[in-house]
Amino acid sequence: MGSNMAEAHPVGFQWVMEAKGRGARVIHIDPRFTRTSAVADTYVPIRAGSDIAFLGGVIRYVLDNDLDFREYVAAYTNGSFLVREDFADTEDLDGLFSGYDPGTGTYERDSWLYEGTEPSGDDDGARAKTLSEPFQAGASGAGVGGADRAERDPTLQHPRCVFQILKRHFARYTPEMVERVCGTPREQFLDVCRAWTDHSNRDRTTALVYSVGWTQHSVGAQYIRAGAILQLLLGNIGRPGGGVFALRGHASIQGSTDIPTLFNLLPGYLAMPSVEHTDLDTWLADQRTGGHKGYGYDVDAYMVSLLKEYFGDAATPENDFGFDWLPRISGDHGTYRTVMDMIDGKVSGYFVLGQNPAVGSAHGKLQRLGMANLDWLVVRDLNEIETATFWRDSPEIETGEIVPERCRTEVFLMPAASHVEKEGTFTQTQRMLQWRTKAVEPSGDRRSELWFAYHLGRLVRARLAGSTQERDQPMLNLAWDYATEGEGEWVEPSADDVLRRINGHDLTTGELLPDYLGLKADGSTSCGCWIYSGVYAEGVNQAARRKPHTEQGPYDAEWGWTWPSNRRVLYNRASADPEGRPWSERKKLVWWDADERAWTGHDIPDFPRTTPPGHQPPDGATGPEALSGDDAFIMQPDGKAWLFAPHGLLDGPLPTHYEPHESPVRNPLYRQQGNPTRKVYGRPDNPSNPAPPESGSDVFPYVLTAARLTEHHTAGGMSRQLPYLSELQPALFVEVSPELARERGLTHLGDAHVVTSRAAVQARVVVTDRLAPLRVDGRVVHQVWLPYHFGHTGLVSGDVVNDLFGVVEDSNVFIQESKVATCDVRPGPRPRGPALRALLDEVRAAAGITVATGTRIATAHDVRHTEETS
Amino acid sequence: MSRLYGPLDDVAGDAGHVEHPPRVGFFTDTSVCIGCKACEVACKEWNAVPSRNENDGAGLDLLGMSFDNTGMLGADSWRHVAFVEQPRRTGHQEPGFAGLPTGPSGIPETAGAVEPRLQEAPRGGSELGTNPLPTGAPEPQELRPTENLGMPGFSRPGDLTGAESRTDFRWLMASDVCKHCTHAGCLDVCPTGALFRTEFGTVVVQQDICNGCGYCVSGCPYGVIDRRQHDGRANKCTLCYDRLGDGLEPACAKACPTDSIQFGELDELRERADRRLAQLHDLGVSEARLYGRDPDDGVGGDGAFFLLLDEPEVYGLPPDPHVPTRDAPAMWKRAGQAAAAFLLAGLAAFVAGGRR
Repeated sequence: MGSNMAEAHPVGFQWVMEAKGRGARVIHIDPRFTRTSAVADTYVPIRAGSDIAFLGGVIRYVLDNDLDFREYVAAYTNGSFLVREDFADTEDLDGLFSGYDPGTGTYERDSWLYEGTEPSGDDDGARAKTLSEPFQAGASGAGVGGADRAERDPTLQHPRCVFQILKRHFARYTPEMVERVCGTPREQFLDVCRAWTDHSNRDRTTALVYSVGWTQHSVGAQYIRAGAILQLLLGNIGRPGGGVFALRGHASIQGSTDIPTLFNLLPGYLAMPSVEHTDLDTWLADQRTGGHKGYGYDVDAYMVSLLKEYFGDAATPENDFGFDWLPRISGDHGTYRTVMDMIDGKVSGYFVLGQNPAVGSAHGKLQRLGMANLDWLVVRDLNEIETATFWRDSPEIETGEIVPERCRTEVFLMPAASHVEKEGTFTQTQRMLQWRTKAVEPSGDRRSELWFAYHLGRLVRARLAGSTQERDQPMLNLAWDYATEGEGEWVEPSADDVLRRINGHDLTTGELLPDYLGLKADGSTSCGCWIYSGVYAEGVNQAARRKPHTEQGPYDAEWGWTWPSNRRVLYNRASADPEGRPWSERKKLVWWDADERAWTGHDIPDFPRTTPPGHQPPDGATGPEALSGDDAFIMQPDGKAWLFAPHGLLDGPLPTHYEPHESPVRNPLYRQQGNPTRKVYGRPDNPSNPAPPESGSDVFPYVLTAARLTEHHTAGGMSRQLPYLSELQPALFVEVSPELARERGLTHLGDAHVVTSRAAVQARVVVTDRLAPLRVDGRVVHQVWLPYHFGHTGLVSGDVVNDLFGVVEDSNVFIQESKVATCDVRPGPRPRGPALRALLDEVRAAAGITVATGTRIATAHDVRHTEETS
Repeated sequence: MSRLYGPLDDVAGDAGHVEHPPRVGFFTDTSVCIGCKACEVACKEWNAVPSRNENDGAGLDLLGMSFDNTGMLGADSWRHVAFVEQPRRTGHQEPGFAGLPTGPSGIPETAGAVEPRLQEAPRGGSELGTNPLPTGAPEPQELRPTENLGMPGFSRPGDLTGAESRTDFRWLMASDVCKHCTHAGCLDVCPTGALFRTEFGTVVVQQDICNGCGYCVSGCPYGVIDRRQHDGRANKCTLCYDRLGDGLEPACAKACPTDSIQFGELDELRERADRRLAQLHDLGVSEARLYGRDPDDGVGGDGAFFLLLDEPEVYGLPPDPHVPTRDAPAMWKRAGQAAAAFLLAGLAAFVAGGRR
């Protein structure tokens, strides 16, 4: 679901085909019949943006028919935990949970906590929403004070236990409701329910794969929550052949969140300090809560070791290991907010490395207008991409919105070395690091990103040398002493040395650390990313291992290296029953060896090695010592997988079907239409198409979604320049069903233009039986699809599809809703120049669009809300 | 003298190679093809096959044949992935459209929009390839009431008339390539020796010897080999002859992520294909068949053969290819008879004249 794996991840898809060859049934649930559907056993159509209703329907099917893996659920999830009496569900409040504040569009979340735990009393959802705080709890679950004192009912019968709350919450997600919301015929839906449950038990597991078709929604984090809940109820987490597979968008995007390029995270999913954190202790206090179990508690060792790696000898216990030199965040510094700040004149410079926001980011026009209002812009890429040429060839030149002679931005285009011209690691979706050697020297002036960052830092430090100003101290105190290769000023930094420093050292001996369990909070260890510690264990680049599968066991432990500690399956303690025995011979992975008094198995056990299955921790214990023998989810503060999230998420403890920000239909389930906490920006340059209950939605009657083709790479910077790829998909096209083609007079291979309140995009029409209309809540809904790879440079070019989307975000992680919007499709080419602006003015007027459109996010109330942009 | 048709156990030996390696080839299992076209790209990269427009992308256009923008095998495309959208089912595959508010299929309209464009497009040596020749009598209508093969140039107007809503659907993908026939028509008719049989039993054309006569183009029963426009020389898949010499598998097979293209010794590939076919038949995919596997076929069996999920015409492959030289003895015989007849007639004339 939410993944077109065969097309977007063809290399990984070989394993799906191999599983199919061995008898696995492959089901593809998607708005369109794709190359994945073509080789699946079953294709199931769904309306874009309705996946939670579908998954909620499956959850109801499981609970209603007692098909959950009861022993697993009782032991390893929080299904038995009781929730506070003042918690109110969406079923009680017509789509809202208790604690909603329509003024800020956020929740005061204390009522969602477990019975017996400590409410903070001052939960500030509004503040959390500006920091993307839920994301900061990435490595360990959000803190729940006193989770060890939470009341539980092991029989799962108490009306306020999570299991019973779940039953009530999803009770209305019947097959009929699924059909009404998703457009999926109920027989097909029930077929999926039967397949999923028939293949989830002691002997069988089911894997769930998703990609950005799930994440890029205004309620995206809850899509994944819904998938996780279902897999937990069926006992499919931590077991071989189970799991929730998040396929990432590029090579090593996993790596770029592990060692992040995100404003609110430090390496290893440690929270970036905010302005309230005056010292290390106040930061630590925010990361831990009373009765905090598991390895998330040892965050002090991870943070201090990171600071030792950053600042070397300058980091001492006396100066808090240089904690003060870390940047502080004061609010939303995410990418879309930054772009709006550019337009508003608050940003002067911008580095764009390996990205093409003029094409690849939602609302391309907003991106280009922002970049046209800077002092300087550095673009590093393999080719001269649209992000470097927007000032002279963007669509805004034609409309007069950017004038090359007056565009103030100075653009520095720097040629980048490609992945075969540099060494380093890729981290793929299984968390596996694989070392790449350099195949050829970079040609001409092309250099690696590592080279760029190293010399930029070196030169800035040289400029600042001798400065006593406080603001310059972080740069001056950096341990910027990487090993280098070659001679002269422009040496290449050693990627091998960087990997060693990521692995970390015992500073008393100089030895490389074996894994993160060796990290200390006293400054005697350094480590650039705690979850990667062990990648250079025993002085061996573990990521470079390439032992063929024919020479090792089923889990191929000596191919690359998987974080943490080379574990292939996370939370694999759950592959054994509470007594430590495999659930079945067929699905055995790790188990308790009573003779050795240790956990053992085919994979590296994800549990304290010698903590026995029946272990009960002493009162008052914290951290790993506080784990019970059945606390399989060792990073969670309560040791349990969360069916219900008592804290952490901003938009609810349970997933709930909300309509997308732009939808042609009224939410059939609740009076609350969309996610009541989504981030909306009521700005003239970011209009929204109206959605019910607003009027005017009929101007944009169709559901719009966009995705990739195998033949091109994301924003096209690496494929539209290449003849062999360009000729395979030479033009932008829009896929429509034969039914929609007849309705709108569209002809195969003719021109059409897709219109939203942001843009009109011209594309060739491809009429195909692979798309079909759906019946949603009694009316026929058509979906249209475009690939988003095209832009204005390269051998093949076309309009920027992302211009069609506006900026509206999930409140938890600030992901934009770029997988679903509404649109119109009209035959013929789009108007150009001033006529294009006239067309957009006309459709906005027809739909009654103002800056207020789409900002009444709490439709059960009548309060307008928008994110502050100043 | 070499045999001109029929089974041939030692194709390289027959061509004069002694102590040669075993015959190799491709088994392309189209049932696991995901249409990624990595084979097309890997082939072009390795063999430096030009793109249709190296410089500015001008002239590149959508063909409208589903996701196929290559169109056919030719001098500049030695691998070609066909995409076939059809209102039919494969085995137990559930296409998912039943119960939706659909109307008639759009396939006749799309095929109609594509057909005139194809006729304008520059063609290679043959009307085969993507544009199969209609064969034989149509199958009984009651078995395949809504069949449309979904291939440009092969639409049969009226197939779908009367269908109120579409329910069945499948999307077939298949990577086509030179078949490296046991009896290769191109090789047999080449007057310069540019085409030759390698020690691996494959058929390779040498551009430095080719004089561009084009006999091979009409000699190929599959419409594979083609002359490059700018110099007129013949080009086709070499089964990566250079890689084979270095013990490497061909580039397309190496790049194929799902092992749809399998490279190996032909005997072993045939066994593998037989097992896979039996497996699919067990799974209820009754239309699955092997194509080019049979040494008794009109070309003596293909070095590159296929597992198809429908009749070969659906994929643009000729149903009963045969090497032109198969008919040579008969043709020579007829020519001889004709010559003898002429001789007799001439003699008769003289005799008659003599009588005058």
